[in-house]
Amino acid sequence: MRTLPGLICLLALALVANAQTTTRQDARKSGFEFMGPSTQAMQKDDTLNPGMLSVKDGEALWQKPAGQSSKACATCHAAAQSSMKGVAARYPAFDDALKRPIGLSQRINQCRVQQQQATPLRPESADLLALESFVAMQSRGLPIAPTADPRLEPFRQAGGQRFMQRMGQLNLSCAQCHDANAGGKLGSSVIPQAHPMGYPVYRLEWQAMGSLQRRLRNCMSGVRAEPYAYGANELIELELYLNVRAKGMLGETPGVRP
Amino acid sequence: MARTLINIPPTARRGEVIEIRVTIGHPMETGFRPGDDGKILPRNIIQRFSCRYNSELIFSAEMFSAMAANPYISFFTTAQNTGTLALTWEGDGGFTQTENVTLTVTG
Repeated sequence: MRTLPGLICLLALALVANAQTTTRQDARKSGFEFMGPSTQAMQKDDTLNPGMLSVKDGEALWQKPAGQSSKACATCHAAAQSSMKGVAARYPAFDDALKRPIGLSQRINQCRVQQQQATPLRPESADLLALESFVAMQSRGLPIAPTADPRLEPFRQAGGQRFMQRMGQLNLSCAQCHDANAGGKLGSSVIPQAHPMGYPVYRLEWQAMGSLQRRLRNCMSGVRAEPYAYGANELIELELYLNVRAKGMLGETPGVRP
Repeated sequence: MARTLINIPPTARRGEVIEIRVTIGHPMETGFRPGDDGKILPRNIIQRFSCRYNSELIFSAEMFSAMAANPYISFFTTAQNTGTLALTWEGDGGFTQTENVTLTVTG
């Protein structure tokens, strides 16, 4: 009988700990939760989600041979449903040859050049976004899982610093909107918490698919800073930091955003 | 061939009201926007969508420059007989695409 109060005490402690982790998780919200019900419905239903047009294009491209090697993605990687599961959740990843981290779209282009011996796809081109969204959709519902690779650490720190650093004519940092004023309004738009969920997303304003880098560049021109070029180290570092910040949140690709 | 997302129930009871929801991947270029070179991009839109149920026209819609890319259309019809729903999009530059979907009607 002496153990019973101890057990209850432990149980109570466990409950408290559990409640704490839940509230901590609840504080983080995907951009999805800031959207109106009709936009949410559009994302949730695959027959309504216009991002699925791109995913289906990507699925076709996955099977299509390209370049001098006449190899398709599927020749080496077989079915993406199993081989690409969870891959997008851990990107950007460290590239041994380049000795720096690269994003998923750069990895796809690297495969195209080195394995397929084809010309790289232009950043933000429909084909590259299609392949990226098809690969990223295989991580839908899986938690964002940044790798523990110690070589990534300096890049993550640089990304974190850049997130806090003021930039542009408006002299604003990412953190001033997305940490300090998330949930508030900028004009008529709700300011989300800037978790990189669901990329590449179908953005209604763009009437098209766009990558996380396009979104980041968009924010930079918004504060009247000169955006970094597609594939620039600075953008990859920001992506790395955002993924650590969103660790454990569930993938949504293809997301829909207003 | 443009990519489409079509949502039609595969089976329905006779007399049941069913919803048909279709999206087609299309730029719906307005004809008013300048391109990167400053020249106006030629208009490229879908002008007409129609749906035939066993060859009978049951729904059609006209579209104009102001409509967003990848137009989504939703409408209702009553299931009558087993047969084919032919969905046709027609637009600028001789664009035409038809998708046939089979609907099985029971009872």
